[in-house]
Amino acid sequence: MSQKVLDSSGPSLLQSPVSLKKIKEITDKKISSTPESKIPSGPIDSKWEKHKMDSALINPANRRKFTAIVVGSGLAGGSAAATLSELGYKVKCFCYQDSPRRAHSIAAQGGINAAKNYQNDGDSVYRLFYDTIKGGDFRSREANVHRLAEVSTNIIDQCVAQGVPFAREYGGLLDNRSFGGAQVKRTFYARGQTGQQLLLGAYQALQKEISNGGVEMHPRTEMLDLVLVGGHAKGIIARNMVTGEITSHAADCVILATGGYGNVFYLSTNAKGCNVMSAYRAHKKGAYFSNPCYTQIHPTCIPVSGDYQSKLTLMSESLRNDGRIWVPKSPGDVGKAASEIAEADRDYYLERKYPSFGNLAPRDIASRSAKEVCDAGLGIGNSGLGVYLDFADSINQFGKDTIASRYGNLFQMYEKITGEDPYSQPMRIYPAVHYTMGGLWVDYNLMSNVPGLHVLGEANFSDHGANRLGASALMQGLADGYFVISATLPNYLVNESPGTISTEMPEFREAEENVRTRISKFLSINGKRSVDSFHRELGLLVWDKCGMSRNRSGLQEALKKIPQIREEFWDNLCVPGESNNINQELEKAGRVADFMDFAELLCHDALDREESCGGHFREEYQFTKDDPEVASGYTNEGEAKRRDDEYAYVAAWERDDAGKLDLKKEWLKFENVKLATRSYK
Amino acid sequence: MNLTLKVWRQKDSDSKGKMETYVVSDIPEEASFLEMLDIVNNQLIESGGDPITFDHDCREGICGSCSLTINGVPHGKGKGITTCQLHMRKFSDGETIYIEPFRAKPFPILKDLMVDRSSFDRVIESGGYVSVRTGSAVDANSMPIEKDDADTAFDAATCIGCGACVASCKNASAMLFVSAKVKHLNSLPQGAPEKTKRVVNMVNQMDKEGFGNCTNQYECEAVCPKSIKAEFISDLNRQYGTAIVKDAIS
Repeated sequence: MSQKVLDSSGPSLLQSPVSLKKIKEITDKKISSTPESKIPSGPIDSKWEKHKMDSALINPANRRKFTAIVVGSGLAGGSAAATLSELGYKVKCFCYQDSPRRAHSIAAQGGINAAKNYQNDGDSVYRLFYDTIKGGDFRSREANVHRLAEVSTNIIDQCVAQGVPFAREYGGLLDNRSFGGAQVKRTFYARGQTGQQLLLGAYQALQKEISNGGVEMHPRTEMLDLVLVGGHAKGIIARNMVTGEITSHAADCVILATGGYGNVFYLSTNAKGCNVMSAYRAHKKGAYFSNPCYTQIHPTCIPVSGDYQSKLTLMSESLRNDGRIWVPKSPGDVGKAASEIAEADRDYYLERKYPSFGNLAPRDIASRSAKEVCDAGLGIGNSGLGVYLDFADSINQFGKDTIASRYGNLFQMYEKITGEDPYSQPMRIYPAVHYTMGGLWVDYNLMSNVPGLHVLGEANFSDHGANRLGASALMQGLADGYFVISATLPNYLVNESPGTISTEMPEFREAEENVRTRISKFLSINGKRSVDSFHRELGLLVWDKCGMSRNRSGLQEALKKIPQIREEFWDNLCVPGESNNINQELEKAGRVADFMDFAELLCHDALDREESCGGHFREEYQFTKDDPEVASGYTNEGEAKRRDDEYAYVAAWERDDAGKLDLKKEWLKFENVKLATRSYK
Repeated sequence: MNLTLKVWRQKDSDSKGKMETYVVSDIPEEASFLEMLDIVNNQLIESGGDPITFDHDCREGICGSCSLTINGVPHGKGKGITTCQLHMRKFSDGETIYIEPFRAKPFPILKDLMVDRSSFDRVIESGGYVSVRTGSAVDANSMPIEKDDADTAFDAATCIGCGACVASCKNASAMLFVSAKVKHLNSLPQGAPEKTKRVVNMVNQMDKEGFGNCTNQYECEAVCPKSIKAEFISDLNRQYGTAIVKDAIS
């Protein structure tokens, strides 16, 4: 890996940004003051220790006077609820699933990173920090990422103590594997079910606290609005999804751990219920939304097979350790069975383009490369939108049994879905929306600009920059929930008088009324189209114009079309049934209504960010053969081109009551890692 | 594919339910079973009908939400799968398919095909955890665990809490579910201090929720999407017996 530093903010724009002017006027953006990130001073490796020392403490006897609402029960929410309850706070935890054990963290397959260096292969906290900053394409905060790397080791200790059955070696010690974008073996895993096992650990800790009386759990309950009292987040309005009852819940602070917004694309690897509603409700109440355009497209998913399809299935990235990705070299071979294409006629394009990382190139790069070869007419499968992931060489080298022990459940899953046997023929894969790096803006304490509103896990923007490395989502969710929020929450609570908020306050009444009005509206439209049909239409548009690669005119077109879809949604939607019992269409209507608005924010952000970085690839900004970096062989033509001088900031979007967007910029400071063009050659 | 569906419809937990018939056409055989139901629901909605309520979320066989009894079998025909992993290519054109909720007294029906499985959460709450406070853990490698023990613990820990074991059992026994959690935690040194208390409390809670006992039919193992072994149940009985005797002696 080259450490060469290049100035990448070259002037070779294909188009002048002047045509943006109109859009800028529409959104009425003003460049406002920088949000205060509260990053502690001092050297990077002592910031977190110093911050903990400088943080407020609430004595154990007083903690029980404070109530925290936690929305979401995945790795971040579940671990936060359990940990805060252990500390003595009263916790009310909410999830839309019938049990907290079913949150979508459960679906993470591959593993969790930690800088344990158990493999003695040169890993360290600093290297994990460095890899994460670089992998995020230099769009994340150094201080947050370093903290993440520091607490990563505690997470493994904690999970093992809970009984999480990580893979072990014959000597009884923990096993590790390498994972996308890393050259050390730092990933802990539990076969292909790491997310499940970590979530069960957090869930069991949560059940323990429920049993101890510290957590009041509200399953099958969906947050429909955030309540502010005096500008502080002090409660939520929720709907019991079984009885339809709308209830107010008051607390001293609100913690959102509600996951990402990948389902704005309709088809994604997210669970069907994943949605942006809680985060978007908070955004409407004043919370900044950051970097929504950073969306991660996972390179190894099962390709789409038809328009009835409801979701996409991820095949763990760990498969890239032993699978080789290829397409035919010639379009003439595209229709042939894989076995009929000779070795010499196959293009192992990742190995060719990125010899040192090969098939383990970071996700954004692997995804875009797949799109490139398919756009060039070399894609395989009926749709032409697919590439091969081939295990033949590994099976020859290690034997079928070894490959089965590594990936047995994944191969089985693939076979169930496609009806094809990956032991005897290569898998077909194609990229799909998987994770969203953007989210609500938070400071170093994980508090948003709305006092009292804290945001954890995928729902915040904080640690992954423009691209998340494999096995880092589980790490971040658990870092936030087990170790960060417990230390930083007192900084807010210490200035609050506990128990002064009541659901009888007019703020709660008003918010409840708004929620009821919105529900009545959905039920009274009586149109012709189902919620899903609108969601699918919106998703296709967003995938097409704001998916794996984006350009100015496409984004402008999307921004014109989204309001049209939204208008029809509010005019021609059909939500059958009533609000006072189980009504899944009503639940979906609320979520899709917010996706309609959110999609616009996403496209605005993508249009505004006139550079390519990580998961955000703007076609106007890529390296060409005229660039010195390409001529020198440092990087390839077509690679993403960042523009650090103008865009090395976190975009924090504020929305006023009239829906106008105001962009605030938090400029990123790189004091430890030099800004460099990523090269994975 | 053209199909005739016989679907259990029930307004809420207090109402009586009945089977309704739906004739559906042009279902692609690549579609999953739940996608087939999506197509039916979309048609019902757009023709002014009432869509069928069913639990589902991840749709990749890991969250444990989906819970249908298909032609009398929880999660339908096919080894080691959940309903969401069942694909229409496993059915034949013109077939009649019976779709019912998971049937068990401790899983009351909430609406149509959706049941309440919170009894499972209460069983875990009674002892299905290791009491380790965040921050109090020792270094993860300070406690080597034999690979075989770790693998056994993992095999048991893969339970997704879907409840198919209960739905398939004539006694509505939850012993596969309970034994899997007991096996997972009690096989590991981390779970040892609470070993006895855990097995007693979980079995007691299981009884309290109204789950029946195991009579060795192995229906549970046959339908378990994660192929959890019924032999864990004998181990549960052994551990429970030991715990009770120990308690009686002391």
